[in-house]
Amino acid sequence: MTTDTINESLDESHNDEHHDHKMTGLKRWLYTTNHKDIGTLYLWFAFIMFLTGGVLAMVIRMELFQPGLQIVEPDFFNQLTTVHGLIMVFGAIMPAFTGFANWMIPMMIGAPDMALPRMNNWSFWILPFAFAILLGSFFMESGAPNFGWTFYAPLSTTYSNGSTAFFVFAVHIMGVSSIMGAINIVVTIMNLRAPSMTYMKMPLFVWTFFITAYLLIAVMPVLAGVVTMLLTDTYFGTSFFNAAGGGDPVMFQHIFWFFGHPEVYIMILPAFGIVSTTIPAFSRKKLFGYSSMVYATASIALLSFIVWAHHMFTTGMPLFGELFFMYCTMLIAVPTGVKVFNWVATMWRGSLTFETPMLFSIAFVILFTIGGFSGLMLAMTPVDFQYHDTYFVVAHFHYVLVTGSLFSIYAGAYYWLPKWTGNMYNDSLSKWHFWCSLISVNLLFFPMHFLGLAGMPRRIPDYALQFADFNKWVSIGGFAFGLSQLIFLAVVIKCIKGGDKAPAKPWDGAEGLEWTVPSPAPYHTFSTPPKVD
Amino acid sequence: MSKGIEQNNSKTVKKLVLVVFAMFGFGFALVPLYDVFCDITGLNGKTNTESVAYTDDGIDTSRTIKVQFITRTAKAIPWEFEPVINEVSVHPGEMKFVNFYAKNISKRDIVGQAVPSVSPGIAAGYFQKIECFCFTQQPLKGGEEVEMGLQFYVDLDLPDEITTLTLSYTLYDISSTVDS
Repeated sequence: MTTDTINESLDESHNDEHHDHKMTGLKRWLYTTNHKDIGTLYLWFAFIMFLTGGVLAMVIRMELFQPGLQIVEPDFFNQLTTVHGLIMVFGAIMPAFTGFANWMIPMMIGAPDMALPRMNNWSFWILPFAFAILLGSFFMESGAPNFGWTFYAPLSTTYSNGSTAFFVFAVHIMGVSSIMGAINIVVTIMNLRAPSMTYMKMPLFVWTFFITAYLLIAVMPVLAGVVTMLLTDTYFGTSFFNAAGGGDPVMFQHIFWFFGHPEVYIMILPAFGIVSTTIPAFSRKKLFGYSSMVYATASIALLSFIVWAHHMFTTGMPLFGELFFMYCTMLIAVPTGVKVFNWVATMWRGSLTFETPMLFSIAFVILFTIGGFSGLMLAMTPVDFQYHDTYFVVAHFHYVLVTGSLFSIYAGAYYWLPKWTGNMYNDSLSKWHFWCSLISVNLLFFPMHFLGLAGMPRRIPDYALQFADFNKWVSIGGFAFGLSQLIFLAVVIKCIKGGDKAPAKPWDGAEGLEWTVPSPAPYHTFSTPPKVD
Repeated sequence: MSKGIEQNNSKTVKKLVLVVFAMFGFGFALVPLYDVFCDITGLNGKTNTESVAYTDDGIDTSRTIKVQFITRTAKAIPWEFEPVINEVSVHPGEMKFVNFYAKNISKRDIVGQAVPSVSPGIAAGYFQKIECFCFTQQPLKGGEEVEMGLQFYVDLDLPDEITTLTLSYTLYDISSTVDS
């Protein structure tokens, strides 16, 4: 982007300021360059995708309610698991975090908007097209991608059902969107901080998004590269992953997981940022060990680049490789442990209150730690040979992504809803949402540990009879968890429509610049930078 | 926003876009890097793809290595493909010659390509092929059969703990790529 176009967009935002937002209806949302509007778009899009991916998960759980094939064909089952994973990763969790970044980062660092407002508009509006392509492939003759969200070659090349091209283009667009979003976040944080806000004075929330954005910039291009190789292998006769032509299918896994492992931290570091904001607020204490939190986040990010092959222990690596990746992976438990202990230390002897954001945050700390521990178990090479590709893995990553990332998103959403809408949410309804989610999510995912240890493989539409009882419970938990999320939808709609008026700072322990502006946050905030002490 | 900030913005953007392109390139650079890495470490059991000359450094008769041969046909190529003998014993440094049998049982002409792999992977660097049918493509007319030769030796400095080597050939149908 040249300086001229930045100038133009600045002029436009100045116009906006004088007449406030003139555009109405659909045009306001299509043309908006306002960080709050775009944040809202991202959050709604993420929630719609979350429900879409959730519907796919419900069909999966219906099929797995009983042993045998009931509802769907095995091939369609594969499409369901594949698209469920892709939608939840790229459509729900990542856009939700980008939505938080857009809404909160400018307000937290005292900036008037994101640094590149027009690019911001682009990076959101190409996303619906990506998911239209991906979901549209369900209605094509070939069907949707059925090779797993990890799209291992040769499943996605030689044995593809013909959906590879749709998949690749959808991923390309998602990647471009994330990269643009990440560049915007980095530039905003580097250049638009209020004058006296040094890096080490930034809220930890901003730090985690800063580091996550760097991870995105580093690995999303690698993902773009690997899907391009898939595309040329499938349609243009290259042999990157084709052994007959001198390629190597195992290399696919190396390149994919070189992207894939940093990707899982892309989905959890912002969650750390959110709970590092909410826990101090409801403990009425400063965050314990702020600088150690910053360094822990950075070291998790760096370590994430040298652990990828722990996803591949069973591919026949030499012993040295297995040991290297095992120890590096276990090393990540150290900075992660620092974080968990810091959250606990923040709560220690604080005057705690248990508003809904705090409930979700505490559940996050406990349940994410369970997910972390099962991750440590998976990191051990010898036992991984038993756990690999079983429901133990499914339990592990759903604990870190659902009770981890998703719960932090709920914590953040409840925490800032008053700021976003100007109204308090319905407290009792939100508590229903929390308790229903908490109970059902554990019923859903905890028995999966045992199923996995007993040997139930993942991604298979049928299972042996001895797994029947646990799967029934898991499915009931799944349906209950799915329905519980509709309560959240109700809370948000009620909150937008009305409710008790929220003061500028509804939480007495909350800190940060976002609470110095009125609720709801005015369309333009911090046109002149605030003073930070 | 002042002029200074805008200039800073575009400077930062340029740097970050550069990183994006560099990382996109890095993804592709991983392909040759991976091959080099496998070459050095013998990872994935990749063996030499071109003939090596036999160097006569003597034969270590104190050790006997079992070399097993297995074959597999990929993706329904209509060939019979098997080793003539399943296993030979060799001393390190000793040259051996074995035959593989292939027959095209279909009526059409097919070009095959055999891809070798050695297990354990760490031994791949010590398994030296002097002459192998896998160095070239193998065109067989419909119904034609052939005996294909493999001449190899095992390096003298093969690690002591390795007593058995398995050489696996996977046969691929590459007719379509040869035609075009």
